[in-house]
Amino acid sequence: MAFIEIKNLTVQFMKVNEDGSEVPGRKALDDISLEIEKGSFAAVVGMNGSGKSTLAKCLNGLILPTKGDVTVDSMNTRDESRLWDIRSRVGMVFQNPDNQIVSSIVEDDVAFGPENLGVEPAEIRRRVDDALRRVGMYEQRNKGAHMLSGGQKQRIAIAGAVAMRPECIIFDEPTAMLDPKGRESVMKIIKELNSEGITTILITHFMEEAAEAGRVIVMNAGRVLCDRTPARLFSDTEMIERAGLELPPFIELREKAGLPSDITDIEGLAAYMRR
Amino acid sequence: MIRDITLGQYYPADSPVHRLDARVKITATMLYIVELFLVKNFAGFLIAAAALFAVIALSRVPLRFIFRGLTAVFLIIFFTLILNIFLTDGRVLWHWKFITITYEGVIRAAFMAIRLVLLIIGSSILTLTTKPIELTDGLEKLMSPLSKIGVPSHEIALMMTIALRFIPTLMEETDKIIKAQQARGADFESGNIIQRAKSLIPILVPLFISSFRIAQELALAMEARCYHGGKGRTRMNEIHFHRGDAVAAVLLIGFLAVIIASRQLGSVL
Repeated sequence: MAFIEIKNLTVQFMKVNEDGSEVPGRKALDDISLEIEKGSFAAVVGMNGSGKSTLAKCLNGLILPTKGDVTVDSMNTRDESRLWDIRSRVGMVFQNPDNQIVSSIVEDDVAFGPENLGVEPAEIRRRVDDALRRVGMYEQRNKGAHMLSGGQKQRIAIAGAVAMRPECIIFDEPTAMLDPKGRESVMKIIKELNSEGITTILITHFMEEAAEAGRVIVMNAGRVLCDRTPARLFSDTEMIERAGLELPPFIELREKAGLPSDITDIEGLAAYMRR
Repeated sequence: MIRDITLGQYYPADSPVHRLDARVKITATMLYIVELFLVKNFAGFLIAAAALFAVIALSRVPLRFIFRGLTAVFLIIFFTLILNIFLTDGRVLWHWKFITITYEGVIRAAFMAIRLVLLIIGSSILTLTTKPIELTDGLEKLMSPLSKIGVPSHEIALMMTIALRFIPTLMEETDKIIKAQQARGADFESGNIIQRAKSLIPILVPLFISSFRIAQELALAMEARCYHGGKGRTRMNEIHFHRGDAVAAVLLIGFLAVIIASRQLGSVL
């Protein structure tokens, strides 16, 4: 059984009319079925409003399905008694680094999650130190969160999720508000965490980030348009067009230069050019 | 301008004052403030100021950090001085038309100003040497007997933590909005006081809206990190009462006794 199973998931928000009455609005997610394997790295891409973030919030019970089911490690998100179990297994990092840091001091913020889980103080200390080392922010543990750069804040947010010892972390456009340097450091940490066995779901607008994943799920208008490896996705320019996405720069170069479509990354391109 | 307020700004250092139990520091600060109002002569103030500067020296917080907090409340101190000088009855020192300065007025104004200065320095030492989380933890522990009669001590403490955390964030947001409105031609610098107050509306409305948005995002992030109230929650740094805290408590009681004794010295010197 897959770690996360999504069956016929439909989410429909209520729309409030001018007279105050509620009517069903547009379907944010429309009959989605997916499986996420343990330890895998999946990227979710799509235009704004395609339902990416809604899908992410369904995976840890922040949003409950209107129809269908989401099960995490065989626990249904509808089961309120297991909600905290689910959220401790599925961590989440949001887009805006400022609005997810609870405490003014770095290490106190990282401790927030384990404290909520009721972990022993000595064990919290170990987890916090370990999480801060893993994101390379141990030296800054006593600093004020507002003194850090955007990239550093986002690393703190990742440490906050890691300290809960989750099996899966969902990254909801974690690099969207960062400068190139911050983006690079955050992507490096995401890849490292995944290689250490944490199931990774990365929602992103950057195709070169999606290219790092094992599979890319393309969303459009609340539905899954396609679900395949990056190599196969980026060789299908028509699909990219349909989903309203753009090609990663090196794929675009490949297309324009008329190079063979089995070149799927920068290394491959370099090797081809050397020949 | 707004950045100068040191209240709620922690200064990281390793000092005996930093290491004290937050509960001791909070109690000491509250007692110190009460004592400032018990003092009734300059000798008492001298003792109070000496004690305060001893604590500052121990805390290794640079003086400029401590005095930065004072500049923000300078106006309040100034008005207190003026009002006390001119509006106190007593022996007349100087008289011109409707303005009268009395001996009692000058003394009282001086007392009030010293009191306010010491009070602000005293409370900023608390926030400069205590991490916000320790401060709120300490308050939560101090208030916990009250939770039996229905005071939500954990929620109050968490609210304070978040408020302190978001002071810099909301200031940045305010800066951004001011610049955005200025770029559209908004004028915050000219006009009389009423016009200037009115010109704040285009800042306050967006600020209000964005703070609601921030609150919503933060609530979501907290839920994702399993926050479900104070029940069953543990703490990374549990507060312990050390020997240093006992020493501080004894010193505090001694100080209280000296201050009360100083009242016997007379009403001015």
